[in-house]
Amino acid sequence: MRYIEPHAHMVSRTTDDYQNLALAGCEAVCEPAFWAGFDRSSADGFHDYFRQLTDYEPKRAAKFGIQHYAWLCINPKEADDPGFAREVMSLIPEFLACPTVLGIGEIGLNKNTRNELTIFEEHVQLALDHDLPVLIHTPHLEDKLKGTRLILDSLANFSALNRSKVIIDHVEEHTVAHVLDAGFWAGMTLYPNSKCSLDRAIDILEIHGPERLWMNSACDWGISDPLAVPKCALQMKHRRHSAAAIERIIYQNPRDFLSQSPRFVS
Amino acid sequence: MPSKTDLLDLQFIEARHKLIELAAFLDRLDRAQGAPDFRLDALRAALPILMESRPDRARAVLVSFSDLSADPITTTTTQGAVGAPFPSTQP
Repeated sequence: MRYIEPHAHMVSRTTDDYQNLALAGCEAVCEPAFWAGFDRSSADGFHDYFRQLTDYEPKRAAKFGIQHYAWLCINPKEADDPGFAREVMSLIPEFLACPTVLGIGEIGLNKNTRNELTIFEEHVQLALDHDLPVLIHTPHLEDKLKGTRLILDSLANFSALNRSKVIIDHVEEHTVAHVLDAGFWAGMTLYPNSKCSLDRAIDILEIHGPERLWMNSACDWGISDPLAVPKCALQMKHRRHSAAAIERIIYQNPRDFLSQSPRFVS
Repeated sequence: MPSKTDLLDLQFIEARHKLIELAAFLDRLDRAQGAPDFRLDALRAALPILMESRPDRARAVLVSFSDLSADPITTTTTQGAVGAPFPSTQP
């Protein structure tokens, strides 16, 4: 079985995890910039983080035969201070020339504040200015439905946006239709205690079909499973999905979306 | 697609386990001391959805745990989420 892990925070994971991903058939890992579990105190901290994402992490992955790609931004959890967020965003253009940078992400909302929304829209404009794909984070738990609606309303104001180049991640049963019906891609995150379980993700796949849908582990420093995607593939097999259907959702779909960046080779 | 029997063979014990865990959690909360909490209220409000005859119970439960206000907020005092909206923020 071959698959693509389209959303993983490998800076928070051990080298053993890379070994296990390779053993499970992972060919490429895509890593959006995110919140490290604590707030960074300066833009310099982000500069180092962007270097880690674009230089160090691809080399670490390559030791296991895995391609590593990155998305860059200031994540919504640290974006409620617009002055600080803009200082970090000013660093991004210098990294966009790196050969493994796919686009802008994971931008979005956290607590659905006006400042978060402002910085989200400035990131979308940055992506448009550079003709880049966008990966969007939707908020956690009780904030997800409202945040998804605010994000969709905001994106409707960007008339130049090619919706096929935007993926809205962490959808669940109450948000997936909003995203797909608006013409965007949707990502399902497989988490043990929040977001989608393996079986709920398969339910969503069965109800809505495989068009413009992918699944990811979003493994990070919290309770998460870097092997969630191959485990979900196994559960699909138990639920009598064909090998072709499994390959489509864990390999072909992410490949189709990510290949919209000329940097993505798999 | 698997049949009903296939799914029950595959997942009945797991679903049974989760239901008993939820029942035990509610019993545990009843035995504990403390003030009323909006999260328990949200949990109790969601339970009847399980008994409804509809094809989208999971979606409905998620909506019942969601902030249903529409406008972005001006400021926030926390970065995290707790799983149910504060009642004072709801329309």
